[in-house]
Amino acid sequence: MQSPLLQLIIVQFKTFLREPEVIFWSLLFPILMAWGLGMAFNKENESVITIVQVKNDQYPDTSFRNFLAGAKEIRNINSPDEKALEHDVTIQGLGTTHYKIITGTWEQAYVLLKRGVVNLVIEEKAEGLEYHFDPKSSEAKSSYLQFSSILKGKQDELAQAMIKPLSQKGTRYIDFLIPGLIAMGLMMSTMWGISYSLIEKRSKKLLRRLVATPMNKGSFMVSQFVARFVLCTLEALVLYFFARYFFGMTIEGNISALIALFCAGFFAFCGIALLLASRTSNTFVANGIINAVVMPMMLLSGIYFSYHNFPDVVIPYIQALPLTMIADGIRSVFLEGAGWPELFKPIIILSTIGFVTFISGLKVFKWY
Amino acid sequence: MHPIVQVSNVIKHFKDVKAVDGVNLEMQQGEFLALLGPNGAGKTTLVEMIEGIQHPDSGEIQIDGKHWKGHAHELHHIIGLSLQETHFLEKLTVKETVKLFASFYNLPNKRVDEVLEMVNLREKQKAFVDKLSGGQKQRLALGIAMLNNAKLLLLDEPTTGLDPTARREMWNILMQLREEHKISLILTSHYMEEAEFLCERIVILDKGKILAQGTLNEILTANNCFETIEFSLNEPVQNIGFIQNSGLGRVDWDDKTRKARLFVSDIVEQLPKLQALVQSNGLNLQTLECHKMTLDDLFIEMTGRRLDQ
Repeated sequence: MQSPLLQLIIVQFKTFLREPEVIFWSLLFPILMAWGLGMAFNKENESVITIVQVKNDQYPDTSFRNFLAGAKEIRNINSPDEKALEHDVTIQGLGTTHYKIITGTWEQAYVLLKRGVVNLVIEEKAEGLEYHFDPKSSEAKSSYLQFSSILKGKQDELAQAMIKPLSQKGTRYIDFLIPGLIAMGLMMSTMWGISYSLIEKRSKKLLRRLVATPMNKGSFMVSQFVARFVLCTLEALVLYFFARYFFGMTIEGNISALIALFCAGFFAFCGIALLLASRTSNTFVANGIINAVVMPMMLLSGIYFSYHNFPDVVIPYIQALPLTMIADGIRSVFLEGAGWPELFKPIIILSTIGFVTFISGLKVFKWY
Repeated sequence: MHPIVQVSNVIKHFKDVKAVDGVNLEMQQGEFLALLGPNGAGKTTLVEMIEGIQHPDSGEIQIDGKHWKGHAHELHHIIGLSLQETHFLEKLTVKETVKLFASFYNLPNKRVDEVLEMVNLREKQKAFVDKLSGGQKQRLALGIAMLNNAKLLLLDEPTTGLDPTARREMWNILMQLREEHKISLILTSHYMEEAEFLCERIVILDKGKILAQGTLNEILTANNCFETIEFSLNEPVQNIGFIQNSGLGRVDWDDKTRKARLFVSDIVEQLPKLQALVQSNGLNLQTLECHKMTLDDLFIEMTGRRLDQ
């Protein structure tokens, strides 16, 4: 007969492997997401700017009308009965921009603005063209600046400018994204895999049944963590090797420091997961509790986009979140060549978080 | 020799509810004891305190002469239990589940096969737990309880929700266990016939207190319970005072079913008197059932409620 600890670990793997949905969501979904986002943000230098023209035949703007004269008619996907115009402008170094012009009334323009289809409306007036957009939106501002430059015939100036597109590894969006996805995978897998699984076992009275045997409680907990650690590592490796072979990502920094950071992050999330799962036996409450911890980190920790866009005052708090520490740490090793000196502090903080929450969780843990 | 279970003046509260209220119970080795009572009677709480899962607020529990405090590991080896409701891991097979529990007792694989044989699950050993029927799941729970050749088996409502065939199958396994192994059993149940069939001693609990205990005959005799006549009348009546005051015996009237239950010492003697009394009041008996008093009847007489409520 195998040892109880080994049996418990084997049971964890068997129950995981026998749930195809779990394998999809934990192993394949992150890859699909990385692939989708990586492809979306790594396209050849092509972009689309959609504009609504509020036409006024009394005051036609010559430069605008000339621009439209060079456009081809395309299908208007927002209103299949009507046509739109598309004019492609290619500038060396900046790539091609497809300007899609939809002609309509102000009412139609408002609908398209509300739907997020366009961010720039141009009206022909006696005094010239009037540009309408939200100045707080950087995307709308960029659309305005680009299009107004083109109408003013400044594309030649733009083309002559010394533009050197960044394409080396580490500066692409996918390079930013993959470390974030690895960190997020570690958090999600640990928090849901441990917290929810413990609460579910309690709600189904399995914990109560287990502790009515001579089973060592420590062995049970260790089996949960060991199995989850192996799965987290597998998830991270699958994602990394996918990014390595598909997008050519490499690790620039110290691998041993990276492993230590990963382990410390895992330990921190294990402790938090144990603490969250320590009392309740209601799986609906479990959903709420786990989401309350996971969602803010997912939104704030700069997984998909940099958290430096948040106001300066909140950035130190965001940086103190475990997920931010892990994502930033992994990024620094992957992209900046960081090693032990840079990662020492987050490793110590994460380990401390893990230790404190783990001990507190064990102290208040309800087996039945 | 120590009693296998000794419960002395045990009290357990849950917030404002007194789940177990000063229970005293002694059980000898080899004895099969049934704890009977309706929902909320305190059966599960009492059993879980004996199992060491819950702790009494006051009073003392000893298993084989030992307290849970300081002897938990030892006691876990001598008791086997099945909880009222346990969901084992759905994606483990029957054999893997038994094997997991066997590993906690350091038992060989041979014992796993033996237990699967005993609970008639050999054919289902490769089936996932979520594919088992209710009866098969209960047999799995029983098999796990039997794994360690426990001296004391505690089964909390092992047949609740099972169809009569599945229930009978569980009973047969337990009867076989009783014949072949010298174990002691505490079984909680709503079902009087289960207690009668399996156990020589019955303890009736209600609102955390023991209402009656002993063999079935001892309990019935001690409570002067012999036979009942259950009847309804051909016309609706508001008042059955004429029967209550007749001196035939105690009468319970059920407003919902419009049936009366008369408790008598001898049906043969009292039935003609009842018929005469009904007719003399211008009425007739519409339905009539006579039977020896059961624990169910006794429980209704004691509490006004049914055991399976």
